[in-house]
Amino acid sequence: MANALKSITLRRLAIATVLVMAAGYALAFFAAPEDADQGFIQKIFYLHVPLATVALCGWIVAAIHAIRHLQTGDPKHDARSYVSIHISVIFGLAVLLTGAIWAKGSWGVWWEWKEPTLVSFLIVFLLYATYYPLRYAIEDRDRQARYASVFAITAGAFVPLNFLAVRLAQPLIHPRTFSSAGGLPDSMLFPFLVCLVGMALLWATLVWFELDSKAASANLRRIRRALEATA
Amino acid sequence: MTPFTALLRKDLTVELRTFRSLPAMALFAVTAFVIFRFGLDRTSLNGELAAGVLVPTLLFAALLAINRLFVAEREEGGFDLVRLAPVDRTVLFAAKASALVIYLVALELVAVPIFALFFLDSASGLLPFALILLLADIGLAATGTLISTIATMSSARDLLAPLILLPLLVPLVIAAAGAGEHLLAAGGPDYGRFGTWLGLLGLYDLIFLLVGYATFDFLLDD
Amino acid sequence: MERTVVEPTREANRALKPAIELAGLRRDFGDRTALDGIDLRVDPGGSVAVLGPNGSGKSTLLRILAGLLRPTSGQVSVLGCSLPKETHLLRGRIGYLGHEPILYRDLTPRENLELAAALHGLESEAISPRIAALFDAVGMSPRADDRVAELSAGMKQRIDICRAVLHEPELLLLDEPDAHLDPEARRRIAPLIAAENGRTRVAVSHDRGPATEEADFVLELG
Repeated sequence: MANALKSITLRRLAIATVLVMAAGYALAFFAAPEDADQGFIQKIFYLHVPLATVALCGWIVAAIHAIRHLQTGDPKHDARSYVSIHISVIFGLAVLLTGAIWAKGSWGVWWEWKEPTLVSFLIVFLLYATYYPLRYAIEDRDRQARYASVFAITAGAFVPLNFLAVRLAQPLIHPRTFSSAGGLPDSMLFPFLVCLVGMALLWATLVWFELDSKAASANLRRIRRALEATA
Repeated sequence: MTPFTALLRKDLTVELRTFRSLPAMALFAVTAFVIFRFGLDRTSLNGELAAGVLVPTLLFAALLAINRLFVAEREEGGFDLVRLAPVDRTVLFAAKASALVIYLVALELVAVPIFALFFLDSASGLLPFALILLLADIGLAATGTLISTIATMSSARDLLAPLILLPLLVPLVIAAAGAGEHLLAAGGPDYGRFGTWLGLLGLYDLIFLLVGYATFDFLLDD
Repeated sequence: MERTVVEPTREANRALKPAIELAGLRRDFGDRTALDGIDLRVDPGGSVAVLGPNGSGKSTLLRILAGLLRPTSGQVSVLGCSLPKETHLLRGRIGYLGHEPILYRDLTPRENLELAAALHGLESEAISPRIAALFDAVGMSPRADDRVAELSAGMKQRIDICRAVLHEPELLLLDEPDAHLDPEARRRIAPLIAAENGRTRVAVSHDRGPATEEADFVLELG
């Protein structure tokens, strides 16, 4: 019964995601005005910033799941932490790619060290990329989960600190940044918010979907092992 | 003797008896300076170049000590010793991190004067820079001890510790090199953003000492 | 894996709360089952010999009893503490002798025991005479201030036994206490590790011998 409900929720979540994202990007491309300075390429802002915001929140969420895991020892929190990091890493990769495209379109270069968000993301991405070799290097499942949780908490604490540090490292004059969500006119703000919500729904859908399929394959393994034991 | 003192004393005794870490770190640093001399083709450094050579070199030398930090615990039963005792296991984190700070300060007492000898025109910025380095050492010790524990219990231990640690240390590099750029400037030390860097280092130290304190216990469970 | 067989060789002492109580203890390592449903009851002051071939889970059982390893499932109660939840209540009350000695190679036997004493909260002045007496009892006084790395396996074993009994534990968990020891040495350590004065003892051994003859129970694994 619970499993059937989960599928319904997942289906509803997926539908909501598609609807909201479609609405958001339609607004972004057709309704929102073009940026005076950057022109059409600025529209990638509606992709890049929501991706970045959601990825960052995803890593914080992973850290919270990790704390719950250490407190309770319940493996489901470890699964949620793992998947949250996993999906956020994929979003993070997309942040770097869209950032490169935006940089090329705005400034003619594929990478810009003076863009603090982009640079911070690179560092954080490099950190979370070590999550996988860390997990693979520890064989005992319980210890692997516990160590991964400690990592997730450390990395979660690191993310805001890193953003602050990179920001401080920028030269005080002539910084080169992508436009941020602050100080946007309403005609841009509304489509941006819709895109943000859509991206968050996409993240949630992907996390839910992966958790579901992990649970399913774990069940399958358990059944198979039980069958082999009785054979 | 409190458990903390006993554990710290143990580490320092072993290091003074065997000199497994300190000479290697110092030698590495001095050799790295020579490599930079040729790599950059310069015999005099100041400002951002000076900071850019000194800070990463100290960091990589620190990795040598961090990799070795828990070897004896792993191979000679030290983890079991602490786990069997009626102590808060976090005392091991505190003792190891303190030992690491001491090693780093010892390294800097050797490497920084030699760096000044090799490359700097004036040593006037070194004293305030020493304060920056001390705060950076504390942050390095907190994160380094935590990650060293994680890596020690895994199978790819030599590789894993630097891999995970280097991104985590970027804020420290930003602060230390940022301060060094001004303190080691050609025309004499400039205290432009000194407070900012001290603040960032202090914040980093606080956060990661807290994280280490809160999570270390879970790393020692089995 | 076969279910275990418990063989009483002497009348067991009834009535008191058990020092050890296991029900269906199971420990898996990934797909491998090391312990499969162990039941055991040991009264205070009792002595158990655990026998079995290599790889039968003897050391695993001992580590679980010491609170160093978590059971996969089953009930485990040691000295009235339910493991793994109440492991912290157990610390300091157990003397554990592992498969490998828990001794830092670069410290002397005396320094190792002083460290163990400090971790158990024992006052250094009060404990020094006891340490000296223990070394005397096992015949290690002449080597008490040499580095452990210079000692033979038999000497390390004797020192490790001193470490295990230093804090006068209520329960002794010994993994092959006679390993590396000649008959004279075995004779010397016997009174230190005997199950007397209400002290309970679980000793692991490869085969039947003096350890099993003195035991109340023999637990055969594998």
